Amino acid sequence: MAEKLLDVSDLKVRFATEDGIVRAVDGVSFELERGKVLGIVGESGSGKSVTAMTLMGLTRGVNARFEGEILYKGTNLLEISDRDMQNYRGNELGMIFQDPMTSLNPVYRIGEQIAEAIRAHDDVDKRRARARAIELLRQVGIPNPDSRVDDFPHQFSGGMRQRAMIAMALSCNPSILIADEPTTALDVTIQAQIVELIGRLKDDFDSAVIFITHDLGVIADIADEIMVMYAGRIVEHGTKRDVFYDPQMPYTWGLLGSIPRLDRPRPERLHTIEGMPPSLINLPEGCKFRPRCPHVLEKCTEEPGLENRVDTPGHLDRCWLDVGFKRGHRDETIAGGSAEAA
Amino acid sequence: MGAFLVRRVIGMILVLIAVSFIVYLIFVKIPGGNPADRIAGRTATQANIVAIEHKLGLNHPFVVQWYDMVKALLSGTLISYYDGTNVVGQIKEGLPATFSLCIGAGIIWLFFGILVGTISAATAGRFSDRTITALALVGISLPVAWLGLILRYIFAEGGATSVFPDGGYVPLTQNPVQWLFHLLLPWLTLAVLFIGFYGRVLRSNILDTINEDFVRTAKAKGLSPRRIMVKHVLRASLIPIVTLFGLDFASVLGGGAIITETVYTLHGVGYYAYQSIEAQDLPPLMGVTLYGAAFIVVFSTLVDVAYAYLDPRIRLS
Amino acid sequence: MTTVREEAPAGGTALLEVRHVKKYFPIRKGVLQREVARVHAVDDVSFAVREGETLGLVGESGCGKSTLGRTLVRLLEPTAGEIIFEGQPIQSLGTRRLRPLRREMQMVFQDPYASLNPRKRVGTIVSDPMRIHGIGDREERKRRVGELLDTVGLSPEHYNRFPHEFSGGQRQRIGLARALALRPKLIIADEPVSALDVSIQSQMLNLLEDLQDEFHLTYIFIAHDLGVVRHVSDRIAVMYLGKIVELSPAEELYSRPIMPYTEALLSAVPIPDPDLAEKRERIVLEGDVPSPIDPPSGCRFHPRCRHATDICKEIEPPLVDYGNRHLAACHHPLNADAETLRKVGVA
Repeated sequence: MAEKLLDVSDLKVRFATEDGIVRAVDGVSFELERGKVLGIVGESGSGKSVTAMTLMGLTRGVNARFEGEILYKGTNLLEISDRDMQNYRGNELGMIFQDPMTSLNPVYRIGEQIAEAIRAHDDVDKRRARARAIELLRQVGIPNPDSRVDDFPHQFSGGMRQRAMIAMALSCNPSILIADEPTTALDVTIQAQIVELIGRLKDDFDSAVIFITHDLGVIADIADEIMVMYAGRIVEHGTKRDVFYDPQMPYTWGLLGSIPRLDRPRPERLHTIEGMPPSLINLPEGCKFRPRCPHVLEKCTEEPGLENRVDTPGHLDRCWLDVGFKRGHRDETIAGGSAEAA
Repeated sequence: MGAFLVRRVIGMILVLIAVSFIVYLIFVKIPGGNPADRIAGRTATQANIVAIEHKLGLNHPFVVQWYDMVKALLSGTLISYYDGTNVVGQIKEGLPATFSLCIGAGIIWLFFGILVGTISAATAGRFSDRTITALALVGISLPVAWLGLILRYIFAEGGATSVFPDGGYVPLTQNPVQWLFHLLLPWLTLAVLFIGFYGRVLRSNILDTINEDFVRTAKAKGLSPRRIMVKHVLRASLIPIVTLFGLDFASVLGGGAIITETVYTLHGVGYYAYQSIEAQDLPPLMGVTLYGAAFIVVFSTLVDVAYAYLDPRIRLS
Repeated sequence: MTTVREEAPAGGTALLEVRHVKKYFPIRKGVLQREVARVHAVDDVSFAVREGETLGLVGESGCGKSTLGRTLVRLLEPTAGEIIFEGQPIQSLGTRRLRPLRREMQMVFQDPYASLNPRKRVGTIVSDPMRIHGIGDREERKRRVGELLDTVGLSPEHYNRFPHEFSGGQRQRIGLARALALRPKLIIADEPVSALDVSIQSQMLNLLEDLQDEFHLTYIFIAHDLGVVRHVSDRIAVMYLGKIVELSPAEELYSRPIMPYTEALLSAVPIPDPDLAEKRERIVLEGDVPSPIDPPSGCRFHPRCRHATDICKEIEPPLVDYGNRHLAACHHPLNADAETLRKVGVA
């Protein structure tokens, strides 16, 4: 059993805004072990990015309120001081973001920015930091690292910038790499390269990865475990095979059905999930997916807990529907038929 | 870079030619009255006017007249029609006062503008920010002439609160302490406007920059808040200030601090400009205008070069 | 060496014919700002689009698809070539003569947050095109806006709202309504769903399909997502560094890709099926897309192609018809049997 790095319990994150209290994350729990890749799937407003940023302490601020626990190697990251959190960031937890062009400071050289990350946590001189930066660039597959280390971000292509970001995030050997939509802004061929790179580096650096995306195709590639988030909650959680081959949430079926897939014949009409994600200020009563679910029951006015309802242990979901019913009816959604509201 | 500079120098020369032409045109071609009258200035005698008419050869083509004046200016022989003094010489005499005033004020307003803007942004929304904002707006709105006169009235013209000397310039080489003392009020007067303005601009830049993705990355790397503010936020936010400062500084150095110099009787280039306007004396006006234009054009090139240095994405084209 | 040009096929007139269109951007240096190099954004592109069909245009960044889209509606001026709309060449028409034609060709843009003027109300945004072309009076326009909003799935009551009050998907619908206001024949959609969430994306794609049927529209659909493009297109053109390297009926592109780049592109698309994902052969291309300023010689894909040989470095392969209007430009075509190869004259 690999080392348990992260134990998140009932995490809640609320932001006070002009329009009201936004319940961005509303009761999220999960664990993460070394060497594992946890994929978090969701659309805008699902709370996936806020969860990730909260792990890094980046959501701390005047208007934010937190509940629950984030235990990293036993320490509750929600309770430590800002100063202490700073020591974890970049050092034990590394993060990369969606758009590598805007995520790098345009006026400093790549090497300088990587060295800065190194020297923030390790007491090395400039020369050593630079040498390490060059080595990191080599590890992430950037050709001619000795000369490219002095380039500015705008001199790198999109894919190379993302590699440089990864190098920077891994520079202090963090135990966890959090990747927030790292491939969304990249071309599909470059995307494949980056996904492969992250998979390889996870082994080289012996770290765990939290990979956040809305792209189910990418998740199928890299994740071991998948969490599907909706309206600030986890609505389905299981191994990759569980979620893809035995999905229990109508929302998951909807996601799987809405994607135009290359491995299946073209449907007459794409399945859609009618309506829009709920407001995080005025969440609906009961199951949050109820307004958009084609299989709504009376019972759905009471919110289902995140529980294991199938034989496979560890496969959790938030849906009252009978498992047999689900297995019988989901294909009409997933196989991308013309069925809309059942 | 070389090609850039060459093109800029050519541009500068063209601009200066155009400026001198326009000044001359405005002055001479304004309809009504004898140009010679105007050129000779307000208190000219009939003899002056005749001499000017003769000298300018007002039946010569306009362009020739203009050319002669510019040539005279460039060779340092241009003479004021009002009192016969050498224009270039007079400008040279005014340089120490103008430079002392402007360099001093410039340092003050740059330093305090940055300080004020940074504090205001760092405490955005809170009391200190609101106070600073209010003061900044007051500073921007106060007419310089009014402020200068008031300050002088309260602090310099005799009376209980009079701490400062009442105007005038003391050369640095003559008496450093007095030099300083005489300049404190003028520095303050000139700087107030700019401090308010720069503070507001910087505050707004900082607040925008803080939300940039690369600042988020800096935080994610675990850098200290101070390092993030200085090396990442300020570095990006100050770039537009550089442009502003370059041009503002150039304009006051080029004799643009007319009001301040006049209120405090500092005999600088600005004061000279003021006098020439009053006397409607063309040659000094020509000289001062070209002097000012030259500064602006040179500094605007310097600012562009500095910008390219500060932001590597900019390529001087 | 003549390249096969797409003929307007029998059974369906060509609404738009594009012949050898080029768009270069000059790079100037030096004291006199002389042109020292060019960005070959679009480099000799030819195709035809039938009335009522959807042509998909795919490629990666820098391939020129967006530039091509803008050049077709003359948001950018073509450097060379002909653009023939309904039989009439439009590439060099003056502003006045072009104006009435602009009603027939409209564009929908990628970024729903940037393509709507935040200071204008939705009603104004959608009615502006009509106002500019002098269609109807105020009352009529207002009525029509109501109809359009309803058509795209919004409420006519949204007339007085501002863009920022809407979500990304809704803004895209407003952009669509605006494009439809003049009842165009052709709509060029530049990555219209890329910025949207998956579930909203499918709503938009279904809407686009419905509108096409209802209004007899012709689409040129520019995208980088191969799955999306396959769903909406009748035919698909694959672009690489300013050139069309493959042009094929939609299904055939996926079942029988001829050009190795297409094959690599397809294999790079992630499939939401873990077992398939593991089993499939992933061709991961080395390196980055080269610069369109100095494109590689011969076949532009040769530096990254695993089948490249000497001829690929020297001679640019022509676009050849491999049957069924499936064109490709390659010296070593995949998925082509010996007979087809002989027919098309490739060694």
